[in-house]
Amino acid sequence: MIRLLARKEFRCLFAAPSTWWMLALLQFIFAWFFLARLDDYLLVQAQLAQSGNAPGATISIAAPLANVLSIVLMMLIPLFTMRLIAEERRNQTWILLSTAPISSLHIVLGKFLGLLALLSLIIVACGLMMCAIALGTHVDVGLIASNVLGVWLLAASYAALGLYFSALTRQPIVAAFGALAVSLGLWMLEMSNGMVRVLSPTVHFQALNSGLINSSDLVYFGLFIGAFLGLTLYHIRRERGGAR
Amino acid sequence: MSTPLTLSAQHLTLFRGRRCVIEDVSLELRRGEVLGLLGHNGAGKSTTLQMLAGALLPTSGHVEVCDFDLSRQADLGKACLGFLPEHPPLYRDMTVDNFLVFAARLHRVSAAQLPDFLALAKQRCGLSEVGDKLIGTLSKGYQQRVGIAQAIIHQPAVVILDEPTVGLDPTQIRDIRNLIRELGNSSSVILSTHLLNEVESLCDRALILQNGKVIFNDTLAEMHRHNDIESSFIRLTTMQAEGVAP
Repeated sequence: MIRLLARKEFRCLFAAPSTWWMLALLQFIFAWFFLARLDDYLLVQAQLAQSGNAPGATISIAAPLANVLSIVLMMLIPLFTMRLIAEERRNQTWILLSTAPISSLHIVLGKFLGLLALLSLIIVACGLMMCAIALGTHVDVGLIASNVLGVWLLAASYAALGLYFSALTRQPIVAAFGALAVSLGLWMLEMSNGMVRVLSPTVHFQALNSGLINSSDLVYFGLFIGAFLGLTLYHIRRERGGAR
Repeated sequence: MSTPLTLSAQHLTLFRGRRCVIEDVSLELRRGEVLGLLGHNGAGKSTTLQMLAGALLPTSGHVEVCDFDLSRQADLGKACLGFLPEHPPLYRDMTVDNFLVFAARLHRVSAAQLPDFLALAKQRCGLSEVGDKLIGTLSKGYQQRVGIAQAIIHQPAVVILDEPTVGLDPTQIRDIRNLIRELGNSSSVILSTHLLNEVESLCDRALILQNGKVIFNDTLAEMHRHNDIESSFIRLTTMQAEGVAP
């Protein structure tokens, strides 16, 4: 049942022309940025080579690219998540799911995984672009892998957050703005100092961005995703009227 | 009666905030029966149907479908139900075939049965020609038919239709009525409507709601006893409004 819903969600996302536009535009932006970083790196490469312990190509090109990807995804994911539940409510199709013999948990997971499949595609495409550095020089495969993992976890967190906001309202735009505002707020926390910093997903992404995989960061992302999926589930169940 | 009960609702009550929307509605339906749900606008017809379909849980009371309690064994119960809400729940960017397959899979139709069920539902609702069209491009009448097809594709024991003939032209209305009659042979059907002649030509029993309460629940013959159905309906609803026992 989860697979059925996820596949339907994935197909519906792909049926919309706007998805294709967004994918194309994203690839264009990333390619542009990638080439710009590559250009910069080639300019300073000679000077870097003279200094000892110079930063390699991967950390100068791939890591900033992952950083850009993480920010773009933060802006973009609310646009995808808004349609998951809020739009179904507005189009009165939600009742099809709520009267079908499936549990709320399956609905939530199906929708989440369907979107995650699309996001994975974006991230994999970007990861391949990073690997293109291998054509010219040695790449730090570990660093690229930890960056891809970091972006993927971040994307999953934003998707769970957006899904929750989508469950709260019947207006897709309100859901999108709500999710965006909270993601921006969490990003701002990164700049503050003190304990609240640890609440920000982007802070936990920084370590992965520099190639460091901390188990505490992985646990944080797991908790973040789990918490928002749980809240979504709670909200949907309560709306259905208590039980289930 | 020997035919088995397919749907039984006992003492359904629903509060919205502190306002009582539905008060103590009970009804029973046997296999092969067609029940007409009547009432003025805002009498609580759609809300009652949503509770029967499991989209809304009542504040108190319970619904059993094919002996499964909708609040405890929801999945088993809902698998025996087909529901067409007031606004047909259609994904406008899916084709008719894809949508019906999705609806069937949601209701646990196995892959082996799927082609037969799909063909039968399309043939019954007159959708054979438009299988590969996008739902969003279809006319209102066709969309309504897709909505009905979605409700019957898994061949449920209980079919709940909320105003199935709204927005259809006379030929389509005739076709849908024939379909409901056909469904009434094998399953139980509940339909809500404003058209009294629809109830007269289709239903075995009628249930009239007013302000969330049942004011009439009996066979059509009983309704016919005094008068024609229209004047009976008006008599019942106005008497209730004036506070006289019917």
